This record gives sequence, C-alpha cells and structure tokens, in this order.
Amino acid sequence: MKKMGLIQLFRRNRKLLWAGFLALILIFVITFPLYGGPYNVTVLTYVLLYVVLAVSWAMFSGTTGYMSLAPAAFVGLGIYSMAILQRQLPFPVIIVVGGLVSFAFALLIGLVTLRLRGIYFAIFTFGLVIFLSELIQYLETTIRGAHGWAIIPMSYTMLLYTALGLAVVTVLAIYFLRRSRYGLAMLSIGGNEEAAAHMGINTTMVKVLGFAISSMFMGIAGVLLAPELIYINTNIAFSTIYSFMPILMAVFGGMGTLYGPVVGAVVFAYLETMIRNEFPRYFLPGFGITLVVVILFLPTGIAGLMPVLRERLGRLRAKLWKGGQAEQHANT
Amino acid sequence: MSFWAACPCVTQRAQQQVSIMIERVPQLIVTGILQGGIYGLLAMGLTLQYGVCRVLNITHGEFVMLGGVLTYTLGINLGINPLVSAAITGPIMFVIGFLLHITLFRALKARSPAQPVFEGSALLVAFGIMYVILYIAQIGWGGLRLPTTWLAVKVVFGGMTLFLNQIVAFAVCVVLGVAVYLFLSRSRLGRAIRATAEDPATAGLMGVNINIILAFCFGLGALLAGVAGPLSAMITNPSTSIGFQNTVIALIVVTLGGLGSVPGSFVAGIIIGIVSMLVIGLWQPILTVPVYYGILMILLLVRPTGLLGKR
Repeated sequence: MKKMGLIQLFRRNRKLLWAGFLALILIFVITFPLYGGPYNVTVLTYVLLYVVLAVSWAMFSGTTGYMSLAPAAFVGLGIYSMAILQRQLPFPVIIVVGGLVSFAFALLIGLVTLRLRGIYFAIFTFGLVIFLSELIQYLETTIRGAHGWAIIPMSYTMLLYTALGLAVVTVLAIYFLRRSRYGLAMLSIGGNEEAAAHMGINTTMVKVLGFAISSMFMGIAGVLLAPELIYINTNIAFSTIYSFMPILMAVFGGMGTLYGPVVGAVVFAYLETMIRNEFPRYFLPGFGITLVVVILFLPTGIAGLMPVLRERLGRLRAKLWKGGQAEQHANT
Repeated sequence: MSFWAACPCVTQRAQQQVSIMIERVPQLIVTGILQGGIYGLLAMGLTLQYGVCRVLNITHGEFVMLGGVLTYTLGINLGINPLVSAAITGPIMFVIGFLLHITLFRALKARSPAQPVFEGSALLVAFGIMYVILYIAQIGWGGLRLPTTWLAVKVVFGGMTLFLNQIVAFAVCVVLGVAVYLFLSRSRLGRAIRATAEDPATAGLMGVNINIILAFCFGLGALLAGVAGPLSAMITNPSTSIGFQNTVIALIVVTLGGLGSVPGSFVAGIIIGIVSMLVIGLWQPILTVPVYYGILMILLLVRPTGLLGKR
C-alpha cells in the first residue's frame, strides 16, 4: 500500500520532480571540478558537447526525416574558426563567429539542396566533410604555406562551464523550438511533406532554417571541442567520427524526442572515452553494429521503449491485482 | 603565337606554361576517359541499387576498397593478377550484397510504414555498415597503401603516352557495362528487374519473386563495385581508406547521370573522369572533390534529375 502511495506522489508532482532532477544534475556538473580531477572534467566536457551534437542533429533530421550525414563538416568549421581566430579575438566572440560561419554555410547548402527530395540532400551532405577538408587544405597551402594549427590550451574548468552553458542553451532552445510553430511544421514535414505544403507551410523555408539552426549549434560545439585537441589539421578537424557518433547517439536514444538523444549521448560518449584505450581497434566496429541493430530492432530508440515498458509494468500490476481478486471470486 | 602578341602583359614564361598545358590537354582527356570507365562501372552499381531497391548504398565505396585489398591478398598468397582476382572478388561481393539485402534491408522494408521512412532508415543502416566494414578492414589490412599495380607498361599512341593497365581496365569496364545494359534491357530477368523498379507491388502480382529480385539487384550492384575494386587497384595502389572517396565519386556520378538511369551513369562517369584528370593535370590534385561539388551544386540548381534521368 505504501508503494502505491509513492507512485501517486510521483504522478502528482511530476513536473516538480523533473525540475528537481535537472537541478541536481546541474549542481553535480557545476561542482564537479572540485572533486573530479582534470581528466574526468575533460570527459564530462566531452559528454556535454556530444549532447549538443546529438540533440541538434535529432532536432532537424529526427523530425523532418531529411538525413544529414554531415555533422562533422560543421564541427570542423567550428574547430577551424577557433584555430584561426584564437590569437586575434576573445573567446566569446569566437563562439559567436563559429556559430555564424556554420549557420551561413548551412543556409547556403540548404538553399541548394533542400528544395529537392531528401535523397539529394543525403547525397550532398555525405561528401561535405571531404569537400571542406580538401578546400581548406588547398587554401592553407596557397595562403599560409603550412598545414596544421597549434591551439593554446584553455582552463578546463572554464571549458566545462562553457560547455554546460551551451548544452543548457541548446536543450532549452530546442525544447521551445519543438513546441513552437516551426517545430510543429518540421514534424508535419516529416509526416507527409506534400500535405504540409498544402496546409500552407513554406516547407523549404522551414527546412532550411531548421538545418541552419541545428548546424549553428554544431559549429559552436566544434569551437569548444578545439582546445582539447591541442594540435589540429584538416584530417583531425574534419574527422568522420563527428558525423558517426551523434547519429549513433540520436538513433540509440530515439530521434523523435528531446530526451532520447541526451540519454544516447551520455551513454555513448562515456562508453567511447572508457573503451577507447582498452579496445582501440574494436570499439568502432562495435558501435557500427550497434547502430544497425538499434535501427532494425528498436527503430524508435530507448525513448520508444519507455511507453512499452510502462505499459508492461502497468499490465503486470493490473494482472497481480486482478489475479488476487479473481482468486477470491473463485473461492467464493 | 599571334594570339599571345595581342596581350603583351603576359610574360614569356607564362606563355610557355600555357602552351605546355594546352599540349597536355588531349593526353589528359584520353586518360580521363579511361579512368571514367571505372567511375561509370562504380556508379552503375549504385544506381541499380537505388533505382530498384531504393537503398542509397553509401557502403558502395567500401566494397570497392574490399575488392582492392583482397586483390593484394590474393596476389601475395596465390600470385593471381588483378584481372583474375576481379573474377573472384566480384562473386564474393555479390554474395555479401545478396545476404545483406535478404537479411537487413528486407527486414527493414517489412518494418517501415512508408517509403520515405524506409529510405531514411536504410541510409542510416548503410552508414553503420560502412563503418563496420571500414574498421574491420583496417584491423585486417592496416592503413598503408598496398602494392598491387600490374601491367604498368607504357604505350605510345598518337603522341600520347598511356598505360596498358588503364586500357585493359577500360575495356573490361565497357564490356561489363554493355553486358549489364543488355542484360537489363533484353533478358527475361532484366525485364522482371525493370518491372520491380517501376512498381514492386504490381510486379509481385504478375508473378515476380520480388524479394529475390531486390536482393539480386543489390548483389549485382555490389558485384560491380567488387569488380571496380581490382580494376582500380591495377592502376593505383589501394589502401583501406579509399572507400569514402570512392563513395563520394559514385554518388556525384550517379546524380549527374540521373538517379536510377544505368546508361546515364556510365556517360556521367566518363565526364567526371575527364574533369578529374583535367583538374589533376592543369590545376591541383587536391581540388578534385571541391570541383565535383561545384558541378553537383550547379546541377542541383539547374537540372536535379541529371543528364539522362526521368523528370
């Protein structure tokens, strides 16, 4: 009976409990540098940045169904803005610039490809990483005459707080975006684009803006990722891992929801940093197989599993109750 | 020279450079056509897989890479030359492709509520498989370039120096391309494939075993990639990291030729081959992909259906 009371309590104060839970997480992250040690703080920063990447990928591709295969291109743009501008401008300005560069580039790509069917968008974004990396390599050799940039390391506590701020801003922005007209428009494009267009939604504009906004967050995440790399060149900055991991995380967590990608990012970013040193060769094939298996057997991800589990649990409880009553009936 | 006399601002040295460049153009174009045969073969496989199975197979380049590195292994262990190993890797890739479709993509198709959903999730599945194949190959073969070039004999033909291996590879590509085209347009199975591409449900009602046809097509696409691997390994040494670039080239060629059009992709392959050789020879090798992207961007703005695609 006491257990039932607890469930009732959860039900009644769900919002309050969520707020408390989030506040606890925030406090945990903020106080983490006091007892975590430098390495763990770096890992936590990494996790937060992957949360940003996964959430912003799912914001566009998960809702509209237009699969962007190029988060790495925007991350790389962010990393390069940091590398080039670090000695000239203060850090907050670089964050803004990195975001704007990615935003503008995504706007350009979107205007070219998003008028067309999704398959052209996928084709175009797939090679974007290699396009940008080769173009920048060419510009580097002709203008500067040298490859690669050294990046001045930054205080890891400051990076953690900036990453936390970015993650909070991203999640909040996407939370409100999903509830706004634009979010609904993107969702309806994912459902049936023709119908959405007939309802009076300017589908191209919505898609282009959504893509640009999600790319902006990826670019900023790239700016924050740069100081931990210490040295970068085009191969390091435009590594396809930054495309693969956010997609894996978002799919694992559930593309259609907000909290799914967050869960996926926390799980896989942590897993990656833990496994990377022990199985340097086997963890990536393992992650690839995970992606395939999740799409096949769990297309809605962990988030899709939740309602099923809840229902199962409810049915089990009802069965137990009813079972008891039925026995009584049988006895009488 | 009268042309140069009109503009005195151009220095003597620049004039010489330009005339050397112009002399190299026919040579580059012929080399480009020969290289384009392989691109065409590659793209034919991809376009077949997308046009019939509706899977944009971004694993395609990894199959090429597997063909290349297997050529190295076969050459080292059994002393087989790349042409013979193309006849071995092709069927191996066919089996892999067939099994992939009949297990993964068929299950995915059965679970997807609508066509766009299937295309999206098939894309992500292919994306996952790409990484699996890439990193497993890196465990097996490492990251270095493997020596496989064969028949690197110079042939002087009409003032141009070509290599015998380029000519042989191009001949094989043309023969295979024509064979696939004839197979699709003339044979009974080819007619079944075209019917499936057009309307799977009706084709099924007419007695076509759709699941087998789709898997067969996917396997055929993989076979073409598996043949293109050894052929390109004959000309340049393969490494485990060439897959991504090959996929990008194949995707751009397919878009240029028109998604789903088999002859279109072969023609577009030759065009892209010429463009790539001109960029490499006259400008900068590193700029090939940016130039492809320029072409792709203009194409998507002007005529997204490609050269020979249907409206």
